[in-house]
Order: sequence, then structure tokens, then C-alpha cells
Amino acid sequence: MREQTTISDVPPFDEPVFDNRVAFAEELIDIAHRDERIVAVCNDSVGSSNLVKFRAEFPDRVINVGIAEQNMVGVGAGLAARGLIPFVCGASPFLTGRALEQIKADIAYSQHNVILCGMSPGMAYGELGPTHHSVEDLSWLRALPGLDIVVPADAEQTRLAVRQAASHPRPTFIRVGRFKVPDVTHGAAKLVRGRFSTVRDGDDVTVIATGTMVSRALQAADVLAAAGVSVRVLDAAYIAPLDIEAITAAAGATRGIVTAEEASVSGGLGAAVASVVAQLPAPARAPMRILGVNEFAPTGSTAYLLDHFGLNVDGIVTAVKELLTE
Amino acid sequence: MMIAAPDSLRDWQAERSEIAQLPTTAAGERLRARAQRTRRSIIRMIDQAGAGHIGGDLSATDILTSVFFGVMRVDPNEPTAPDRDCFILSKGHCAAALYSTLAAAGYVDERELDTFMAPGSALNGHPSRGKVAGVETSTGPLGHGLPVGVGTAIAAKLTGSDARTYVVTGDGEMQEGSNWEALMSAAQYHLDNLTLIVDRNRLQQGARTEETNGLDPLDTKLASFGWDVREVDGHDFGQLLTALTTPSDRPVAIIANTIKGKGVSFMEDRVEWHHKVPDAEQVRRALAELEPA
Repeated sequence: MREQTTISDVPPFDEPVFDNRVAFAEELIDIAHRDERIVAVCNDSVGSSNLVKFRAEFPDRVINVGIAEQNMVGVGAGLAARGLIPFVCGASPFLTGRALEQIKADIAYSQHNVILCGMSPGMAYGELGPTHHSVEDLSWLRALPGLDIVVPADAEQTRLAVRQAASHPRPTFIRVGRFKVPDVTHGAAKLVRGRFSTVRDGDDVTVIATGTMVSRALQAADVLAAAGVSVRVLDAAYIAPLDIEAITAAAGATRGIVTAEEASVSGGLGAAVASVVAQLPAPARAPMRILGVNEFAPTGSTAYLLDHFGLNVDGIVTAVKELLTE
Repeated sequence: MMIAAPDSLRDWQAERSEIAQLPTTAAGERLRARAQRTRRSIIRMIDQAGAGHIGGDLSATDILTSVFFGVMRVDPNEPTAPDRDCFILSKGHCAAALYSTLAAAGYVDERELDTFMAPGSALNGHPSRGKVAGVETSTGPLGHGLPVGVGTAIAAKLTGSDARTYVVTGDGEMQEGSNWEALMSAAQYHLDNLTLIVDRNRLQQGARTEETNGLDPLDTKLASFGWDVREVDGHDFGQLLTALTTPSDRPVAIIANTIKGKGVSFMEDRVEWHHKVPDAEQVRRALAELEPA
């Protein structure tokens, strides 16, 4: 068992890691220079949403409503109603949980072009506990028609997500990861609406991973390659709209699908993929393993919790091997 | 599907300008006649649909009429014009009152009112943005309109527009905590371009507000949140117009004391008419009572 440390403790990587939140903040400032319709709305989270520099440059364009998430999302809708492009930023558990009805009625159903930025999602708040984890966000938001869900896998994809949301504003939720992750897109980051991207090709098993799990899926693919197993890794940066084509292709071309997400197994990426696979004709109905969070987390750092739930290289390798023995 | 009004119905701007020229008393008379037509329309819509929230529709009618025909600077031909005033009916269950008012104002074809809540109609039981011109945001769940109104008011400030935002809430709706979040924000952001009108009919779905989760003293509460509070008879057009047009350096909250079911004697101030549907005889009696004097 890993020794427990503070919430700044991040899962270990051998490779260099990059900060999603810095990428997010830099990109937002950059587009705000070019487009005066860009505004930021937050819930006393100027610091935790990395908006300090943005506020220094655009003091009037940060609307801090205080600790009031329902109002925050409603205000975002009102700003969009008059033609502004609001980036509504808050810790993901409170943004999506506390203001879920506002996200449903004011953003998705009303089709106000608001960009909801779920900061520090998943189990990034580690030992602060399940109240501060945001593992339900994907499940909750997937049920809302008309809301895009974007989960960038690295800093470069985070930049793309911000840039694209600003240039083609539509109701969108972006998960902005708290801890640093390796560069998984290597200068060739792609982000196409409604598409997964293939970050590694292979033909034995497909791993569909999202966000922080993409780097682990690539590491797992390396381990498996050494054992003679060829793994296809898909980066599911778009959870909604869902890439049904890529899922169907993976189910047909490989012997099974493993999904990996720092989110609940009830209704998240894995459930989304399974609902596609289950409706395929019998021969294409590939077996699956769904890796995610299945209970309120025990106390522990993010790294500890990811290990606890098997959201690591070993967990993915084991799941792939299980599928190959079926 | 957006419903646009045919040209023949677009006499509203002229009527509005005319009303604006009149002294308050004469303007009030014009608005009263307009409101009675809207009430008859509401009765017919709910009769036809077999559903609706008749009590709150009738309590809010004079407020909606005053706002749309007395103060709003909007053009139904250009419902999303950048400088438009914004209106948000936060008590979205009173959609029939809103649709009837929007029809009178030229946003909605009056013939479409017959489709209220019919399968496939744009006129859902609660207003849906994108389906009906003039609906700034979808409402229905309570406590949503004021935060959105704070957003439109902040946006007007940021873009240098002198547009105003008007939000109508129910009084029972003020039990929703989100409203109080928004009230704080409006004061914090000095939103002197925002007007809240509380339809204070003192009844909510199941009982009197004060027997359920008391709001009084609502004026003191709103004032302590930094709002300029004005209390009026919500069926007196002179008082409504004065409260709506008197400028302030703060956000303005108008507590409009109203009667739920106003205008139909057997519905007035009776809790069961929150969403009861009148039978044929009751419809006949209601329409007779609402005939112009």
C-alpha cells in the first residue's frame, strides 16, 4: 500500500508531465485577447480554476458569484443569451452536482452556448473524500441531450478543447484535469467533435480510455506488446456525442474492449460503449471489461485511489488478458 | 420551429408608443382592456388544453401586460436584437399568460394559441427557448429565472448596452435558495438595470405561503439584500407603471400584491385553482365575468 500523502501527491510517471490547468488558463487568456465575447464565471474559485492571470488581464471579464453554483450556471446562461461566450468554471463535483438542474434546464434544454469547465474532476481531490470527488459527472451529464462532453487526455488536448469551444460555441462540458499527465498526443493532438482518436493501433484488444486514463492505457499497451499482445488504444476525448463508428469498428476488428475512466462505472464511458456494443449483431458483440469507480472511495491520495480501483497499468493489463482467455 | 407573427398582428409597436404618450391613468385604462383580453385567452387555452395553471396565470396577467405594453423596449420582428430588453418568466408554469401576452405583442400568431400543450406544439406547458420567439430561456423548475436575469443584466453592462432585464417570479418560488444567491449577486454587481417583480398572491400549490414556509417580511428581506423595494397593488396599472419606470441606482424589486385567480370571482384567492381545470359551465361563467365592461 502506498503511503498516504497530501492532495498535491500525483500518480507517478516516468515521463515528463504537463499541467492541464496551466494549459487551460493560458489558452483562455489567449482567446480572450482575440475575442471580447469571452468571459469567465466562477464560484469563489479564481485560484483553483487558475483564473488569477485571466483576472489580472481582464478584471471586468471575471464574474465571481461566490459560493453559489446554481446562480453561477444561471448567470452563464444569461450572459450567453446576450451573445457573450461564458466559460463557467468550478470544481467539477459542485458545478455538476449542485447545479445539475441548471445545467439541464438553463444550458442543455435552453441551448445557451455556455462552456462548463469542470475543474479537478475524477478523484483529483484524493483524501478530501467522496464529497469532493467528481466521478458521477459523466453519468449525470450523458443523460442530457444537446450537451457536448469533452475529456482531454493531456495539456495539448486541453488547449484544443478550449480553443474549439470558443470558436464554435455550443453547450459543452469540459473536464479539466487537476494533476499533471504525460503528453499522449506528441504534438499531434487531435480533437474532432464526436470522434475518438486512435493513439495506438493494434488488433488483439481495444482499450478505450478517457482523460487521465489514456496515458495509463498507452503504458499498458507497451507492457502487453512485450508479451506479444497487440492493443489498440482509443482516446475518448469526446464522450458526447459518442463515436459509435469507432466503437463498432473496434468491436468487429479486435477480440474485446476494455474501457478505463476516472469515473463511475454506472453510466460513464464504459456504460456508453457497452450500450453500443450490446446492440450490435451477435458476432460483433465483443466481450468487455469496464474499469472505473464502483463505490464511494476510501480515504487516500489520488494515486492510492487509482490503484485501489485498478485504474492503473496493472488493472488494464489484467483486464486485457482476461478478455483474451475468454 | 419558431412561430413568427403575420404582419396583420404587428400593430403592437404602435399601440405601445400610443400608451407611452398617455397620462398614467389613461394608459392604465388601455392596459386594463388589454389584460382582460389576455385573461379571456388564458381561459380558452386552458379549456382547450384541459390543463394549465389558471390561478397564477390570472394573478400575473396585469404584471405581464404592464411590462410588455408599458415599459419593454423590444421588437417582435427582431426578438434577439442585441440591444433588446429581456423578459424572463421564472414562474414558467404560467406559460398560458406568457403565450397570450406574446401573441398580443406580436411574437406569436394568435391562432397558435389553440395548440397550447397539444402534441407537437411549440407551446409546451412550460416555455421553451428556441420554440417560441420572445422566450429568452426555458423555465419551469422554480428558482431559475432570476440567476439567468442576473446574467443578462451583467452582459448588458459588459457590452455597454442600456437594455433592462425584467424577471417575474412567483412568491412561493422565493422559497428556492437559488433566488437568494441571485439576489446577492445583483447587489454585488450593482445591477441597476434589473427589475424583479414578485407575483405576491400569497398562495402556493398546496396552501398559503405563510402557512408553508413564510416569506414575510419579504420587503425587509429584499431590502436587506441591497435591493430597492417597491410594494404595489399588482392589479393597479398606475402603481405598476410607476414602480416599473422610476429609476434607481440599485436593482429594483417590485412586490406586486396580487390575487390568485384575479378576475374570476369563484377562482379568486382559492388554493384549489392553482391548476384546476374549469368545466364547461365554469368556463362560460369565467368568460362572462371577463367581458369588457
